[in-house]
Formats: sequence, structure tokens, C-alpha cells
Amino acid sequence: MTDPILEADHVGFTYRGGAPVLEDVSLAVHQGRNVALVGESGAGKTTLLRILLGLARPTSGLVKFDGSPLTRTRLRDYRRAAQAVFQDPYSSLDPRHTIGRIVAEPLRGLGLGTDRDRVTDALDAVGLPADTAGRYPHEFSGGQRQRIAIARAVVCDPRLLLADEPVSALDLTTRVRIVDLLASLGVERDLTILLVSHDLGVVAELCQQTAVLEHGRLVEQGDTAAVLGAPSHSYTRKLLASVPRLPS
Amino acid sequence: MSLLTVDGLSVRDQAGTSLVDDVSFTVEPGDRTGLIGESGSGKSLTALAVTGLLPAGLTASGEIRLGGVDMIRASERRRTAVRGRVASVVFQEPLTALDPLMPAGRQIAGPLHRFQGLRGDALRNAVRAALDEVRLTDTDRIARAYPHQLSGGQRQRVAIAMALACRPELLIADEPTTALDVTVQAEILDLLDRLVATHGTALLFITHDLPVVANVARQAYVLRAGRVVESGPTLDIIERPTDPYTRTLVESARRFDAALGRDRD
Amino acid sequence: MSRRRSLTLAVGLTLVLIPAVAVIVSFFWLPFSPDDTSGGRLAPPGGGHLLGTDKLGRDLFTQLLLGGRIAFATGLGAVGVGGVLGVSLGLLAGFATRWLDDAAAVALDILIAFPTLLLAMLIVAGAGASLGTAILAIGFGLAAVVARLTRVLVKQVLSREYITAARVAGISWPRIVATHVLPNIGPVVLVNLALQTGLAVLAEASLSYLGLGTPPPNASWGRMLFEAQATVLTAPRAAIAPGVALIALVIGVNLTADGLRDLADPTRRRSR
Repeated sequence: MTDPILEADHVGFTYRGGAPVLEDVSLAVHQGRNVALVGESGAGKTTLLRILLGLARPTSGLVKFDGSPLTRTRLRDYRRAAQAVFQDPYSSLDPRHTIGRIVAEPLRGLGLGTDRDRVTDALDAVGLPADTAGRYPHEFSGGQRQRIAIARAVVCDPRLLLADEPVSALDLTTRVRIVDLLASLGVERDLTILLVSHDLGVVAELCQQTAVLEHGRLVEQGDTAAVLGAPSHSYTRKLLASVPRLPS
Repeated sequence: MSLLTVDGLSVRDQAGTSLVDDVSFTVEPGDRTGLIGESGSGKSLTALAVTGLLPAGLTASGEIRLGGVDMIRASERRRTAVRGRVASVVFQEPLTALDPLMPAGRQIAGPLHRFQGLRGDALRNAVRAALDEVRLTDTDRIARAYPHQLSGGQRQRVAIAMALACRPELLIADEPTTALDVTVQAEILDLLDRLVATHGTALLFITHDLPVVANVARQAYVLRAGRVVESGPTLDIIERPTDPYTRTLVESARRFDAALGRDRD
Repeated sequence: MSRRRSLTLAVGLTLVLIPAVAVIVSFFWLPFSPDDTSGGRLAPPGGGHLLGTDKLGRDLFTQLLLGGRIAFATGLGAVGVGGVLGVSLGLLAGFATRWLDDAAAVALDILIAFPTLLLAMLIVAGAGASLGTAILAIGFGLAAVVARLTRVLVKQVLSREYITAARVAGISWPRIVATHVLPNIGPVVLVNLALQTGLAVLAEASLSYLGLGTPPPNASWGRMLFEAQATVLTAPRAAIAPGVALIALVIGVNLTADGLRDLADPTRRRSR
């Protein structure tokens, strides 16, 4: 089997003089298999994501990209292969930049040229017309902004998309459309998704593998069907029991 | 007489745009009613109009009778008398709904003092009882704590305690659990359910979350772009939606619900 | 822009531009030479003297124009110094973390506790009175306020997700500062600087009034006010002229700054 694109190898994180935020977290993302990281606030999801994005260094353990440790010299290659979508569509777009400039940012930052066609392609891939590029973020709704954020994330043709609660801030009907978009992008562009979410329904829809994080530790990990269908850890069971269900 | 009657409520902004359009519904004493809608549906504005708290620049027309008082046309004094005593509100964001500069205990004491005239020891005991009722058992520590020192779930419990402190006849909850973790949400919904049943309070529950409202409200009104597009018993709406928008909502909810259910067997 | 705002801006700009134009013209032409004392002491308007003469026989209107040069020079100079210094310090403080951040916050608060005027007086008393020291002194005083504002704004911007997105997109920190931080804090800082200009002009006038500003024989509205005190009952013109000029300019600057607030709102930008 080929190396996983991204791997956390016994990652731990503690603030200086504080309690551990992450302890001994190991998980691997293989091409073609979407992974969900499930947990509530205080579980350490955000910290883990920052570490996996190369924005922070773990205090113990390491992050591996394509089988080898993620070092500073490999960071640029890593970023070309792995991009991110964030939770708040009202905070993730610079209000003073045009959409075109926003979507083209990874091309500029990663030395990939400023080909306008790639921007138009990315916008098209998320279902937005080409003239979107000349407009400003405030002219768009939450769902459209998230599409723009996704366009920015896929413009450099990454293999991996790290999505931090990408639909939590959206309405139900918009949520469905974005989840569908992520699923179809995954197929069309051979894109694997690492999804951080507390929404088990979305997790069940998108990800084949699920890891459950509680207080900085991975308490359960495996095929989504198994983890959600027959959870072995009490916390996972509690999570599942808490999800409001439609009457059948 | 109904506890709350909303008849042909319309809300317009200064430019004349209609934000709420001819909305009508009633809430009887002890009832549990849901207002279902996504962003832009006008559900929160309806709640604000009902309590006479529309922001400046918006005008309401139609009729709203809450506890017998016309909440659109009555004087501010009469409307203030209704708030807290007849109806009170729990909002979505407890961090902004609570005063960040006041300890939780003092914030709960406020309405207790105002409506029941309690002071001194009697007031302190009432605050403790209120905290107990919302299952914040470490009452002394919580009473002294500032909102930012409490978790989201704890803050929401404090907000509920404040809202129920004066035993209103109607509790309006506007997306009270949307900002909370799913396990905390389950606890808060459970708490609301119990308190409302214990005190016979009527509940107007506003949300976009179909599974949540299905478990909370007996009947519901679906709002879209300021209009009521469907109404009736909640179970009927979910099982046999007639309006196309409602159908889309239900299908969306069923998708995620089914994905979960598929794995659960 | 609302009608009230446009009106504010229009009035403000008028009150600022009229003296500005007059001052610019003064570099090419003055009604009388500044040293010409032939007009007779405290003479009423007439004989070419628009506002009469001061107690030394010099044309009052000419002195007013010269004072205007000082007012604008100090206003713009001090705000320039304060702006550059303040924004730089604020940027550094905004990026500082943990103990460095706390130290910066405390240092700024201490500096701000000094009234700008007092701080300026201390600096001028130490360095000697001249236009340059006055500009620097007032500039330092303003820098502290600008730095504190900048620090808060920088921290706000740094907490936005588009900064994280830029880092994930491989953008370097200097480029992030140039393309994301500065454009987002810029408008608010500029409006604040515009407001500070009025304070700077007043501070210079106060310094000159106290004899700590530009030394004689250079004119300054503040010093003109001081010198006119002795004869305020017999020839009030000598006090009213610089007084009105000062008030009008400061009000004009403040109204302009207020009218510019809309600049700080990014949702007003129109699509291309």
C-alpha cells in the first residue's frame, strides 16, 4: 500500500506551563478515503488541524507528508498538495480583496503563476460564474462565500483538502448543497478530504473513516460504518445518543 | 383567550422592503409551538416583534396580542410590563446575551428583585434555587462567576434561569442550542422540556433544525422569506410536507438523518 | 454616503481648504513684507491692511498667513511623525505574543497617560524651542495613541480566518502585512490620524502661547494670541483674527475626519 498523504504520528501538544491539549494522536489519511475527525469544543480539533496544516509544531510526535516527516523545506510542496477550507465564511475572505484576488492567492503564494484561467476554472468547479472574480465578498451569502473559499482551496489542484467545520455555519438546505459539492469535487478532481466536524450526519455522508477525539485523545477510530453503527467507546455512544433524530 | 395571537404581522425596513409578510399564528397557554426557518426567513424578527423589541428603523404592522396587550401599538411602559412577566426570551448566543461585566448570580437576581420584590437573604436563596433548577449545582461558584468564566452550556443555563426566574407564561427560545456542542444541546433541550412541563409554561421554539423541533414542538409554522408557507402538527409537516420549500427542508434533513441511520443498524 | 455625512465633509473641507489655499498662495505673494512695521501700531483696517496692524506695526493679515504656515506644517508634520512611528510600534505590538505583548500594552498605556501637551512641553523644554522640536514633540505624543489603536486593530485582523488562509496559501508574513493587515487597518487608522491633526494644531498653538513653540520673530497663531492679550480691549482684532482662524481650522479638520468615516467601511466598495 502506498504511503498515506498525511499522517499524525503520536502527536502531542502542550502549551508552556499548561495542561496537554493533545496526547498521543495517531491517524493517517490515504488517497481516496475521506477521514472525519469528530469532537466537541475543547477536544483539541482546532489545535490538531493547525498542526496538520503546518501552522504549529507538535510538542511531541511528528507529522508526515507522503511518508516522510514534514519539515520546513517540504512545506511548500506540502501546501501545493494540501489546502484548507475554514468554518466561518464571514471571516475567511478578506473584505478588501476582490474574489479573483482571493481565489488566486494560493497560486501566488506557492509560486504557481497568475493564470486567470485557473481562477475561472476553480470558480466554475464550485458553480460560480466567471464574473464573480471582479466582485467583493460582502456581495455574497454565507453559502456562496463558502464556495469561494472552496474555489480558493482547489485552485492549485491539491490532493488533500482539510475542511474545518465547513458547513456548520450554514443553513440546512445550503449545507446539503455544499456537502454535495465537496463529494463531487472529491470524485472529479481526485481530492481526498480530512473533515473536522461535530455534525455526525455530515460525517456519515462524506467520510469512509472516522476518528473520535475527546479531551485531546483519540478514543475511537475506524470505518465510519463501524464507529457510528456499533461504537465501542462510551463517549462515541454518548455523542450518537445526543444527535436529535427525525421521527421515523 | 390565547396567550399569544399574531395576526397579519408584517415588518418593513426603511427602504420599504418587506422582511416579514402577513404572518399569523397563535400560542395557547401550555402549548409548544415551533417556528421553523433558515436565515432570512424572518423568524427572529417575528420573535422580536412579539416582544416589542424590533430594532430602530423597522416598522411592524398587523396585530400582536401578548397577554392581552397590543405589542405593536401599546406604550413602551405597557410593553415593558409584559416582558419578563408574561413572556421572556432565551437567545442563541449566550455570550452576548449576558452582561460580561456582571457575575451570573447578580444577573439572575435582577429579574427576581424586579418582579418578586425579593431582597437580602430571600433574594440570595431565590438565586440559588434558580441555579439549582437549571442543574447548575455548584451554585455558589457559578453565582460568583463572570460569563466568560463559564462554558457555553453553563451560560445558556444561566440565561434560561434568568428567563424563567419570574415564571413567565410564555418562553420564547430563539435558536437556543445552535451554538452549543451536540451533547450539551441534548442536555439543554432536556432541561427546557422538563422546566416547561413542570411550570406549565408555553414554549415558542424558533429553529432551523428539523429533528430538534420535531422533538420539542407539537405544532409548527414553516417560514420562508418572511411568509408562512406551511403549518400544522410538526409530525405531519415532517411526514407529509405539502409546500415545495418544506419538502426540500425535510429531504435535506432526512439525507443526513438517513446517513446516520444507515450505519446504526 | 448619507446626506448628513456629505454635508459634514463638504463643510469640513471648505474650512480646511480655504486657509490651505491662502497659505499656499502666501509662499508666492504676501500683502506686506513680514518685517514691514510702517503701518502704525494697532491701526484699524485700511490703507491696504485688511485686518489692520499688530502692536509692532506689522500687517495683521500677513502675520495670520505666516501663522497659518506654521499651523499646517505642525499639523501635517506631527501627524506624519506620529502616524509613521505609531503604526510601526503598533504593528510590532500587534504581532507580539505573551509576555512581550503584555509589556507592550503596559508601556503604551503609560505613555498615553501623559497628556500630549505635557509630554510635548517636556521634550521641548529639554531640546529647545523650535518648529522642528515642536513637531517631533507633538508627534511623539500622538504616536502613543496611534500605536495603541493600531495594536488593537492588528490583533483583530490577525484573528481573522483569512490570515490563516493566506498562511496556508504560502504567503510570507511581510506580504501578509502588506496585502492583508495594512489595507484592513488603514482606513480606521487614517480617520484617527485625521482627527489627531486637529489636536496637533491646537497643541502647537498651546505650545506657542506658552512660549515653547516656534520662537519669534516667526509668527504662530498661538503666540499672536499671547501677544494680543495685553491689548485685547483696545484692539480686539489682534486676538480675534488668530482665534477665529484656529477655531475654524480645527473644526474644519474634525468635520472632515468625521465625514471620512465612511472610508473605513469595506462594504461600500463597488464591484469593478
